[in-house]
Amino acid sequence: MSTIDIEPTDTVDARGAACPGPLMDLIGRVRSASPGDVILLLSDAEQSLTDVSEWVDETDNELVAVDESGDHYGFYVEVA
Amino acid sequence: MTERVAILGGGTGGAVLANNLAERLGPEIDAGDVEVTLINDDPDHVYKPVWLYIPFGQREPADGRRPLRDLVDDRIDLTIDRVTAIDTDGKELALRDGAGPLGYDYLVVATGSTLADDEIPGLAAGGHDYYSESGALALRDELLSMTEGHLVLSVVGTPHMCPAAPLEFVFMADDWFRKRGLRDDVEITYTYPIQRVHGNPHIAEWAAPIMDERDINVETFFNAESVDPDAKTITSMEGTDLDYDLLAAIPPHRGVDVVDEAGLGDRGWVDVDKHTLEAEAADDVYALGDAATTGVPKAGSVAHYQAGVLSQRLASEIRGRPATATYDGKTLCFVETGMDAASFVEFDYENPPSPAPPSEKLHWSKLAYNDSYWLTARGLL
Ligand SMILES: Cc1cc2nc3c(=O)[nH]c(=O)nc-3n(C[C@H](O)[C@H](O)[C@H](O)COP(=O)(O)OP(=O)(O)OC[C@H]3O[C@@H](n4cnc5c(N)ncnc54)[C@H](O)[C@@H]3O)c2cc1C
Repeated sequence: MSTIDIEPTDTVDARGAACPGPLMDLIGRVRSASPGDVILLLSDAEQSLTDVSEWVDETDNELVAVDESGDHYGFYVEVA
Repeated sequence: MTERVAILGGGTGGAVLANNLAERLGPEIDAGDVEVTLINDDPDHVYKPVWLYIPFGQREPADGRRPLRDLVDDRIDLTIDRVTAIDTDGKELALRDGAGPLGYDYLVVATGSTLADDEIPGLAAGGHDYYSESGALALRDELLSMTEGHLVLSVVGTPHMCPAAPLEFVFMADDWFRKRGLRDDVEITYTYPIQRVHGNPHIAEWAAPIMDERDINVETFFNAESVDPDAKTITSMEGTDLDYDLLAAIPPHRGVDVVDEAGLGDRGWVDVDKHTLEAEAADDVYALGDAATTGVPKAGSVAHYQAGVLSQRLASEIRGRPATATYDGKTLCFVETGMDAASFVEFDYENPPSPAPPSEKLHWSKLAYNDSYWLTARGLL
């Protein structure tokens, strides 16, 4: 069970996204989001664990939580 | 009672589906039990993969255009008009020019991608593209007169059509300038939104060493925020500035507004079940090709495979049988690695791509595939 208590503004379901992949889907959504929005990215790609945090580090956005409790990951990204 | 199928969009997916349905449901259509209408806002069918070759002077826009009427089966009703609204409750489409709305029992949305340069300040004025006919022609003029300076290829929009095309462009440009003895005076830089040179790790792993070998500079984690056409700089969300002499960009993409207005999805992309291609928000509505959010690339091959699946599903529905055909994520791409060599990848939801070693044979296969498109779209090949 997830213990994360954050209500995302928007959810990007990138489960099964082979190419170009979940991080690209996330960036696309962050572009059209407003500051303060929290975007939840759902991904079943192992690669997302490094991809998402590395990208967030390059920007002013923040990775506020990662849900690893289910059969896919949930990344909560707060838009700067 | 006549069952009415409306296909909205006569691009790759819509045209292939129409022809496939004409073949499959021929007897029912002839008997008047089924009516298939294809609606497109251009009397021509446009085959976009040709545009990659226009900037290098190897193809003309006309090579990618044919009258839709010549391409689709006579049993298909063709309506050249623009759909201005989709009413999924009343099951009808509003037309810009036509008299009265067009009713349907089954609707397939195949509206493709459109470009949204305006989402990045300065991009329209400062950048070029080969993702539109007019863009490819303007870029050709610039490339032909370029003898020195910095060529920047920036992948701005995600998702975008044909994820291989940005790699292809820089590989081709490198080879093209080299063969003309200009490569020492032309610097080439490729920028990509994430930390690899391609979204798919397998393709990125394959492409990165080739770029290195061929002196193509790479800027990763580069998501363009703005372009300054006077200073000729492009600036990223991550805070990097790049000077350019010629900027070729993959602009942001959207679908079409009628999709959002009908509540079928965001940014013009229809939310669908990735196996059945059924729209999540409405009954008897499907989407395919670029317009459908399945997580696979926006590619003609995808639209083609999905059309085959949807044709089977629709025929089953119409005949009152359970629909069993599903889309497995199959994607096929030829990837140009120069002016006369190409690679090839194939993958699906379960199996990752593994690019084939580049060869001249694969390059000719890609050109042959493009030329034979006019036959495959008709269902003849
Ligand atoms: C430079 C470039 C190179 C490419 N190379 C390749 C490649 O090598 N291999 C590959 O597989 N794919 C390639 N692609 C991608 C491929 O072209 C697209 O994925 C494909 O065209 C998608 O087909 P579609 O039917 O979904 O949409 P489209 O072919 O875009 O067709 C959509 C149609 O709907 C019509 N339409 C939209 N809205 C309305 C409306 N409201 N009313 C009426 N009509 C409407 C449009 O006019 C259009 O005719 C390339 C794309 C580009 C830009």
